[in-house]
Amino acid sequence: MKKTRGAGLGGVAASVLPSLIAIIVGLLFGFVILLISNPAQAAQGLKVILLGGVNGGAKGIGQTLYYATPLILTGLSVGFAFKTGLFNIGASGQLITGAFAAIWTAVNCPWLPGPLHWIVPILAAIIVGGLWGSVPGLFKSLLGVNEVIACIMMNYIGMYGVNYLIKISNIYDKLKNQTVNVPASAALPYGGLDHVFYEKIGNLLRPSSVNVGFYIAVFAAVVIYILLSRTTFGYELKACGYNREASRYAGINEKRSVLMSMVIAGMLSGAAGAVMYLARSDGLHIDVIEVLSPQGFNGIPVALLGLSNPIGIIFSGIFIAHIERGGYYLQKLNYMPEIIDIIIGAIIYFAAFSLIVRNVIAALARRREARNALGRGNER
Amino acid sequence: MSTIYFLFQQMLLFSVPLLIVALGGMFSERSGVVNIALEGIMVMGAFCSIFFINRMQDVMSGNLLLILAILVAAASGLVFSLLHAYAAINMRADQTISGTALNMIAPAVAIYMARTLQTNGVQQINFTNTFRIREVPLFSRIPVLGDLLFKNTYITTYLGLVILAVSAFVLYKTRFGLRLRSCGEHPQAADSVGINVYRIRYAGVMISGALAGLGGLVFVVPTSTNFNATVAGYGFLALAVLIFGQWKPLRILFAAFFFGLMKTIAASYSGIAGLKDLPIPSDVYKMIPYIATLIVLAFTSRKSQAPRASGVPYDKGSR
Repeated sequence: MKKTRGAGLGGVAASVLPSLIAIIVGLLFGFVILLISNPAQAAQGLKVILLGGVNGGAKGIGQTLYYATPLILTGLSVGFAFKTGLFNIGASGQLITGAFAAIWTAVNCPWLPGPLHWIVPILAAIIVGGLWGSVPGLFKSLLGVNEVIACIMMNYIGMYGVNYLIKISNIYDKLKNQTVNVPASAALPYGGLDHVFYEKIGNLLRPSSVNVGFYIAVFAAVVIYILLSRTTFGYELKACGYNREASRYAGINEKRSVLMSMVIAGMLSGAAGAVMYLARSDGLHIDVIEVLSPQGFNGIPVALLGLSNPIGIIFSGIFIAHIERGGYYLQKLNYMPEIIDIIIGAIIYFAAFSLIVRNVIAALARRREARNALGRGNER
Repeated sequence: MSTIYFLFQQMLLFSVPLLIVALGGMFSERSGVVNIALEGIMVMGAFCSIFFINRMQDVMSGNLLLILAILVAAASGLVFSLLHAYAAINMRADQTISGTALNMIAPAVAIYMARTLQTNGVQQINFTNTFRIREVPLFSRIPVLGDLLFKNTYITTYLGLVILAVSAFVLYKTRFGLRLRSCGEHPQAADSVGINVYRIRYAGVMISGALAGLGGLVFVVPTSTNFNATVAGYGFLALAVLIFGQWKPLRILFAAFFFGLMKTIAASYSGIAGLKDLPIPSDVYKMIPYIATLIVLAFTSRKSQAPRASGVPYDKGSR
């Protein structure tokens, strides 16, 4: 029993190590860019990036978690689909249609009592996101349409569709060309997090924006983890990802599995849309512009860095939010925040080398073992 | 009749960049490397070439400048794609991951470089469009065809059609094309008869890089007067066109034209008699290209003909 646990921990270390190496190399790469742009402040700049949200004290950490929330959910959406052999590049459309459903429900159902006024909009977003994900799922399972192309099309249909629906509904703020503020009772409550993450100005306590959405994201990650690793249903989904023909032969309904994978992925992205836009009046609004929601695409690097593991995605989401906050504070040193995007890109690029890195680590371990065995032989 | 000519010219502006980039993606995928980085390579090609135009437009103008910019775009795309080739071929990386990395890096680098290199410190790069050909002498007098193809056009349109013809020829009629296709279908078999799979795949990715970089320039020039570090998702649309076109040159042409036509109808329906009076809001028109593509795919996708080894790293040891 003890032995298997040890092997498990070793396995975790072996799979996390390449990501850590990628992060270090990516940060070094970023340091070089800092040196080129402005050598005098490069060391200071690297420190700011490493500290990330911590630069802003407790409130800054809260902001990191706030920005990590949708990243974790879209990362889960993409990562879950990866695990089941699908590439969900349609998180953008699922997120924005879910966000629309959440805002519309929040504004139009003010009679919902108490916490139901924010719970029901989240559920609405999850349902609509799932429906949006079901379209590529159905196309793939019934008609054999590649899910990548169907997802790309659904992104644009969702974007234009939401723009249209906002304009004809009562949630349109015509002057600002965006959605109206959600009612205060529908904004996500802090859930105690305001007592942990705040800043004190005089006698005034100013909490960070992190709210129950973060709990929801972590809860979703745990649910997906259990689903994938502890249930028959999850096993079937993964089996279809490895080999559809073999799964069908083994009696798994592979058409249903593909559909369910896309629906669940869509639900996660829809939830991301809800937690992003169900914020207080100073929060985000859907702008009526003809640009795909970038947050949907941000889930891809999060999933990749987290190795598509739900628990890993919690950490990679927080990490990416962390250094992106670092980019925010970096501007005070007159560096451009785009440096952070370059660093994240470099980290993802080096993370792609994980197979080779893992092989090298394994080879080193084998050599050390051989040398140890040789050493013992000599002693004898 | 003039409406039809106008629509056709508009359609070419939408279709040609898609055609060029999708053909690029075809070379990469038929060699066995999935290239999801088309979007990022387009951004890179557009950035380098538009910056080149921005700097050189005081010295020269017109189509000589455009031709030089085309070379810059193709060269920069090719160099940038080497990052993907190295990861996918030498490092046997997950090709989705390295492609995503390139897509993240390209716009960030474009903004960073534009703000660093330009004295005004903004991320937009302006240029003056001196490249439009009002009329091709002689050819424009051909009835019908002259109005369709040889008026209000850009040399990039012809370049796109030339690339199509050359691509189809290279892919199906040359030794290199046969080797490329075999590496995408069954690299072990190709290797066993002495084909260097790594080298062929490098060639495939580099061709796709050059074409995608070129496509970035071709996309920006006719439709805008500045470059703002984005190609508006055209790289992903080209990926869709590539799949829609079943990885075959002529079908890619058809897919690009179909999509371009739908896009043209959506963009200029108010100028088309019969459509402008219908009670359909503009946002719904804009959805048409995407919905129509889905519907067509639903009827045509039964058997996908993706290259069999596409996306699978080739490992000599596992033969």
